[in-house]
Parts: sequence; C-alpha cells; structure tokens
Amino acid sequence: MFRSRADVVFWIVLAAVFAAGIVATQTWSNEYYFTAIYAILQATIMAVAWNILGGFTGYVNFGSAGFFAIGAYTAVALDKWLGLPMPFLILASATICGLMGLGVGYLTLRLKGVYFAIATLAMAIVLETLIVNWSYVGGSKGVYILTPETVPFFKSYIHLLFVVMLGLALAAIAVSRYLNASRVGRGLAAIRDDETAAECTGVPTLRLKLISTTLMGAMMGIAGAPYPFFVTFVDPASAFNLFVAVNSIAMPMIGGTAHWIGPVIGALLVGSLQEIMTVTISSAVNVLIVGVMLVLFITLAPQGIVGLVQKWHRRGKR
Amino acid sequence: MVNRRSFARAFAAAGALAFAAGALVPAAAHAQKPLKIGFSMALTGGLAGAGKAALIAMEIWREDINKKGGLLGRQVEFVYYDDATQPAKVPPIYSKLIDVDKVDLVVSSYGTNEIAPAMPIVMRKKLVFPSLFGLAVNDEFKYNRYFQIMPAGPEPKVDWSRGYFELAMEQNPKPKTVAIVAADAEFPINAATGARKNAQAKGLKIVYDKTYPPATTDFTPIVRAIEATSPDIVYVASYPPDSVGMVKAANEVGLKAKMFGGGMVGLQFAAIQKNLGPLLNNVVNYDFWVPEPTLKFPGVNEFLAKYRVAAKDKGVDPFGHYLPPFAYAYLQVLEQSVNAVKSLDQDKLAQHMHKTTFQTVVGEVKFGSNGEWARSRVLFVQFRDVQKDNLDQFAGPGKRIVLYPKNWKSGDIVYPYRK
Amino acid sequence: MDLFLNAIVSGVLLGAFYAAVAVGLAITFGQLDIVNIAHPAFVVVGSYITWILNSRFGLDPVLVGVLAAPVFFFVGALLYRIYYAAFERTGQESLSGLAFFFGVMFIVEVILILVYGVDYRLVSAGYLGENLDIGFIGLPLRLFVPFVVASAMTAAVWLYLSRTFTGRAILAVAQDRLALQLMGADPVKIKQFAFGLAIATTAIAGSLLIMIGPVEPSLGRVYIGRAFAIVVLGGMGSIPGMVIAALLLGVTESFVSSFAGPSWAPAVAFGVLLLTLAVRPSGLFGRA
Repeated sequence: MFRSRADVVFWIVLAAVFAAGIVATQTWSNEYYFTAIYAILQATIMAVAWNILGGFTGYVNFGSAGFFAIGAYTAVALDKWLGLPMPFLILASATICGLMGLGVGYLTLRLKGVYFAIATLAMAIVLETLIVNWSYVGGSKGVYILTPETVPFFKSYIHLLFVVMLGLALAAIAVSRYLNASRVGRGLAAIRDDETAAECTGVPTLRLKLISTTLMGAMMGIAGAPYPFFVTFVDPASAFNLFVAVNSIAMPMIGGTAHWIGPVIGALLVGSLQEIMTVTISSAVNVLIVGVMLVLFITLAPQGIVGLVQKWHRRGKR
Repeated sequence: MVNRRSFARAFAAAGALAFAAGALVPAAAHAQKPLKIGFSMALTGGLAGAGKAALIAMEIWREDINKKGGLLGRQVEFVYYDDATQPAKVPPIYSKLIDVDKVDLVVSSYGTNEIAPAMPIVMRKKLVFPSLFGLAVNDEFKYNRYFQIMPAGPEPKVDWSRGYFELAMEQNPKPKTVAIVAADAEFPINAATGARKNAQAKGLKIVYDKTYPPATTDFTPIVRAIEATSPDIVYVASYPPDSVGMVKAANEVGLKAKMFGGGMVGLQFAAIQKNLGPLLNNVVNYDFWVPEPTLKFPGVNEFLAKYRVAAKDKGVDPFGHYLPPFAYAYLQVLEQSVNAVKSLDQDKLAQHMHKTTFQTVVGEVKFGSNGEWARSRVLFVQFRDVQKDNLDQFAGPGKRIVLYPKNWKSGDIVYPYRK
Repeated sequence: MDLFLNAIVSGVLLGAFYAAVAVGLAITFGQLDIVNIAHPAFVVVGSYITWILNSRFGLDPVLVGVLAAPVFFFVGALLYRIYYAAFERTGQESLSGLAFFFGVMFIVEVILILVYGVDYRLVSAGYLGENLDIGFIGLPLRLFVPFVVASAMTAAVWLYLSRTFTGRAILAVAQDRLALQLMGADPVKIKQFAFGLAIATTAIAGSLLIMIGPVEPSLGRVYIGRAFAIVVLGGMGSIPGMVIAALLLGVTESFVSSFAGPSWAPAVAFGVLLLTLAVRPSGLFGRA
C-alpha cells in the first residue's frame, strides 16, 4: 500500500478529501450541494467500476444498469424484510452483485467482444423483467422508502448519505488505482491487448477476468445500495434506465480508459456538467450536450482527457 | 522528493473535485421583491407531453395573477427546472429551490414518480406541498401539508375505478364477469388493484387478470386472449401508446364485451382522439374535465381559450382539457389561501387549505384530512357520435357524455359497447 | 384452437415487421461489424418524416417511406464517411465506434424533441382500421400491410445482397477485405454503400412503425435490445437467419401474450437470446 511517495501523496489527498467532506456537512447549510454531489459520486463509482472491466480488461459491459438496480433492490428487499442498517445493506448488495459479476465472468469464456456486450444487455433486460414481476419489492408499481427524520452526528439524512457515498467513492478509486498498478492490473492489460497471446504467455486469464468482473459487479452494487434512500421512490423503469448504462460508458471514455484516474475525471466533469445544466439551461438541450460531447471526444480524443494530458506531457518533454 | 508526476495526478483529482464543488456555487444574488414559486417539471422524457402542457397552464395563471397586482403585492415569479422524468433528479432540484434559490412557495412536479422523491425534503422543511396528479402518494408519507389536485378521492386507488363498476352494475341484466388488464407501470398497476377490489365488492367474477410490458407493440394477441374468456365487461389501465393499441385491437378483433374502457390514459388527448375517431364510440373511460354543459365552471372556458392560443405550435395537446385546468386550479388554491391568511406562514396555509372549500376553474375543491379530495370526482365519460378525422369536434360538447357521478351527468349510457 | 392459430398469425405479422427494423442492422452489425446502436433512432426519424408528410399532404405512409429511402441512403453514406475517417482508418472501432453511435443516438433523439416536441404522433390512412378476415383468422390491415411491405423489402435486400455484384461485394468485404481488394473492388466504397443501404431501410421501417402504433422521440430505445437480439440470434451475416430469428421473436411474444402473461414476454425473448449466446454464439445460421 505504501510502496512509494506517490502512494503516500495519494492517501493524504484521499484522507483530506474525506475530512473536507465531513467538515462541509457541519458547516455548509445548503443541502443542495450535497444532493448534487451525491449524484456525481454515484456516477464516479459506476464509472470506476465499469472501467475495471471495460478499460482495464477490454470487455464492454452494456448492462451496468442491471448491477446498479439489483444493488438498489437488494437494499430495498432487506430493508423491508429485516430493517437492517445501511452498512449491512451495502455489504449485502456488494455480495449479491459481486456474485452476479462472477457469473458474468464465466460468460466471458464463451463470448468475446460485441457478443459479450449484447449478452450483458440481455441480462439487464431479463433482470428488469424479473423485478417487474416481483411484487414484494413493488414490481412495476415501485416502492417507497421512508427515511428517518433525524440522524446521529449529522444535521439531516442527506448529509449522512453524502458522507457514506463519499467514503465509498474514495474506496472505489483506491481499489481501482491499486488494481491499475498491480500485477493483476498488468495481467488485465495483457488480456485487453490480446487475450490469446496473454493466455499463451501464462497469464491466468480466467482467474483475472473473474476478479475483474466480480469487482465491477460488487462496486456497481455498492453504488446502487444507497440509491433507494436518496430518491425514496424506486421503480424498475428508473432504476434500470438506459441513461445509467450510457453514463457508465461515456464517463470513462471521455476521461480515458487506460488509467485509473480517467473515469474519475470523466465522472466529475460530465457529472458536474449534467448537474449544472439541470439547474441552468434545463431542457432537452442537456441531453444534446452530453451526446455532442461524447461524439466530439470519441472522434477527436479517443484516449480521453488522460490521453490528451499525456500527449501534452510528452510534447513538453521534448 | 515527492514524485512530481504522481503529485500532479493526485492534485488533478482533488482539483477536479474542487472544481465540481465550486462550479455549483451560484453567483446570483438573492432577489427579495418578487414572490418565487419553485418546482420541478417533466419537460423532457416520458411524461413531458403532460408536463409541458401543465407548465403552459401555470404560466397563464402567473400572468393572470400578476395583472391583478400579484400575490401579497409582490409579482409572482416561477423558478423551475426540468427533471427529465427521472426521479433521481428531483431531490437535488428541490434542495436547490429551497436552500439556494430560496423560493417562497413550492409545488410539485407531475406524476407519482416525480412527486414522491420530493416528499422527504418538503416534509423536513415543513412546507405546504400542492401536488399535481400523483396517485396515492400520501398513503405512504401521511404528510399533513400535502394537497393533491387530482380528484381521485379519499381512497384514491379504489375511488379511481369505482364509477366504472357502479355504472356496470346498474345495467339490466347485471354483468357477471370482468377482465382486468393493465400496463406494467406504476399508475396502471395501482388502478388495476383498485379495480380488482371494486369488482370483488360487486360480486363480479374476474376471468382475466394480467399485465403487459409497456413496450408491447401489438395488442391483438392480448385482446384475443381476453375475448377468449368471454368477459361481460373489460377494465383497461394503460398509458397513451398502449391505450391506442388496445382500442385499435379491440376493434380489429371485434371484442364482444358489453363495456370497454375504464382507466386508459391518453384517450383524453386531442391528437389521439382525432386519430382513433369512430373507434372510440361507446368506450367508457375516466376523465377529469370535458366540455359538457354540466361542467361549465366559472373561468374554465376563458382559461381554455387562453391555453389554446398559448399551446399553438408547442408540440403539446392543443385543447388542454385533461391536465391544464387542474394545473391552473391548484395554483388558484394556493393563491386564495395566501390571500386569505395574508402571509406565507406554511402552518397557517396548511390549516386554511384543509378547512376551506375553494372555487376554481374545475369547480369546488375541498381536501380531506389526507390531502386528497374529500369526495371523489373521477368522471366516467362515454364517447359518442365521433366522426372520422375531425379534431375540432372535441372542442365542444356532445362527444364525451358524462355518465358518472350523478351530479355532473349529461346523458345516459349506451350499453352494450358493441353495436 | 382459434386462439392458438391467431397467436401464430399475429406473431408472424409482428415478426416480419421486426425483421424490417433489424435488416439494416443485420447489414451494418451482422456483416460489417459496425455497432450502430443508433439504428432504431433512425427508424424513429423515418416515422417522423412519415408523420409530417402524411399529416400535411395526406400522402400514404408506405409511399412516404419509399420516397424517403434515397435521402436516408445519402445520410447513411455520409455518416459512414465520418465513422470511417474517425475510427476504422485508425483501427479504433468496437468501443469507440460504439460510444460514437451512442452519441449519435442521443443527438438524433434530442433534435426530434426540440423540433417536434414530445407528444405522440400517429398517422391515418384509409385502410388502417380495416380487417381482412379469412375464416377465423383475423388479419388487421394495420399489421398486415406492414407485413407485406416488410417482407417485400427484406426479400429485396436479400436478393440484392446475394445476386448482384455490389451485393456480393458487401458480403465479401466482411469476410475477407484483402481478398476483395485483390478482386478489384474498393472496400471502403463498398462499406459506404452498405451503410447507406442499411439506413435507407430505416426510412421504410419507420413508416411501418408509425402505422402500427403511436411514436414519440425516445421510442427507439425499446427496439435497441430487440434489433440486436434478432441479429445475434439469427447469426451475424445471415439475412435468412435474421428473418427466422425475427419471426421467432414475434411468435414468442405473441404466444406469451396470449397464453402465459404478457409481462413475462421480454424475459422469455432475451432469455432465449442469452441461452443461444451461451450455447451457440454464432446464432442459428451465422458464420462461425
């Protein structure tokens, strides 16, 4: 964990950000920032998670909404059944979605490239139909989650959710960074570049892919677990929304998929943009801007922002 | 020595987070004089057709009231944002409206999905919350400052379809069997639940009780399956595209039921009415306001005339009979309450709203203790004499006869449905 | 028995329409390996063009579709040019191409919303609402006419691809680009033509879509899954396979609607797809 100075700096920054978050909840009175930043943090976790399988390993997952929604609904079901506190719900969602990820990992044995992507899309639709037909969690009618009026330590429930999400997001980034630099990460990169060659040189491709998909699944489940408590009304149509899937792909692509910081930059940039536009221009133009941004970045800067930065860096060195 | 590269990267991450936070700090100063009413509205996404129409109606109210000198002597301003029919956008919007924009009053967005997510926030801030068309939202929250302008009634889910079944049971011979079919979505499922209760209460046997996914393209197999069970009456709870599909399929299959309709959203919209034309004849469906002589409430025709002008070329329903009058009315309720208590004290407003009968463009409005209408006024209308390809025929009376409730009845039912 | 046969017939009518929606994708995705996720969005554009010309000039929807096809062809060719310059030439396809078309999909949808609003649009034509009854088999023209047009269009595309030089060049460019070059055809031009042809089919498919039911800008999204499922199930690169997959999907949906409970229909359809991918990824008739 503390192999180099860079690591020390990273952990200091992480701790500082978390501390700043807690201080903010005690000093800022406007709740708006917390609700807006919550959405951005959620997007960050999804983007980081997606990138583990998509950017690091090279398998495109179209079914992000499926993992996210199952994470959300697991939390709903356990909350209704046992009334467990938040940490347990998050753990449960992580486990269930991690297992889902494991299953998807085995899928990679049979399917590559676009076939895999289509399979994940099909999986998300099947899951959505299952939830729609499960009346315990409300089915297509949706389900209401009542949040407590007062919470210990914080002024309101939103502050608590914000801090929880901040912690989860920072943890996800740390895991992603660790993965990127580790032996596992190098193995994943080898799989991304040429899976057959990797297998031939002795890289344990199946094991690494399973680690990758399980991690991705667990993280997306974690992003989904607090969602019902944030929005207080969940229904399959909004939980399994296509936008969730698109954002989880677009953000890493815009930020840069090869590096751990890419999805973070992408999520912060695009997420903030979306939140700002919701309360300024506020109309169909929002979606247009995201679409145009995506197209522009993909065509002009395929390596994302990280790629651009690296190019300037190299040019500077000459 | 710290590795510059890694420090730069870590710094970039922190910087990006700071940028994100900083970008959200609003630069605008707070305006004191105008009276601000804040809300989110579905201007894009699935519910945008209704959302945009509602906004037009609300703007008309705002112009009307500002011409009269405003509210409490202050000009009224709207602060609103598009929630894109995504529930996740609603909490941040209402947080901003209340904490940053510092609006004086809030009202809701349109639709259960968009109203519910705002509830915890308005409840915490103890704000009066007039709401626009959500089914039984307050059943869960039990908030005493919630007021729903949709005239569903004190038990919304059951009251919604009660009239349909009462009409059915008035016929001779009494129907014995019913088929219930609903789209897999929030409102239709709730409506179907209520329909089931009503059917059982009236002793009808339910011979078909299924739901279908909203993305269904072809409804002929579903209607055929219903027809195969030979129901006496059919209750459908659907959204606009499925309502069109069901009506067309019923016609093509030759559905022999004696009564058809019930809870079909979409049959109230002008473009759909025009397209379906004579296929609509004898369908009995819910509605909230139609241009029948029994529903000529003070101000409603003037309002609709203004709406027609404002809605031109905006890509929304040109007549605005369904939602717009209620969007205007719920602001009238707010206006009358503020003027009555002469302040913005939320507690006083809430008390006034609970005990007063308001006169609005949709008639008398009185709320019960749970914020729903004290008495249900879900109309059941029957389409009659509808001609092909004629939009204007729906602007006036005679095409949608009110059958229920008795107070607003404008004609008798034609039964059975199949001529 | 009645219900059973009618369910099959309904399924076939619907399946043929699905095939019309998917045939363009069978070309771009099945044969050229271009993940054009914006394909259904173009179908919706076709529906809107149909609506405009139908409501303003009273033109028959099918006629509008056919007239619009050449225009769509050029749009498709142009889009391919951009795609090629940005991605294929530099070897960046798959992920980037996918994201590119995602962006295109959103842009198309939003332009429709900004220009035409979000209200549902419908068309009217004399025969919509009429029925053709053969014994107890009901053939509503609202579905039968699209069936006829869809079948004709799909057959025409298939014949074109298998009989003409350009058509066969399209089939060839997917299998072995170098060999095609050696045979004297320019692969880029061929692909451009193929993409244009695929988008041209969306004009007609769009006119059929709005005949069957009301259309609003985001309607394309529900067809993304269906269209890709059909192409993959049928087997990449095989038009007849795609048709059979489309018919299977239509009949399955129809059966589940008639007998089980329509709410399970999507699970059945995509469950079948998942199963196929797990057991035989090349689909029913695909090149392995």
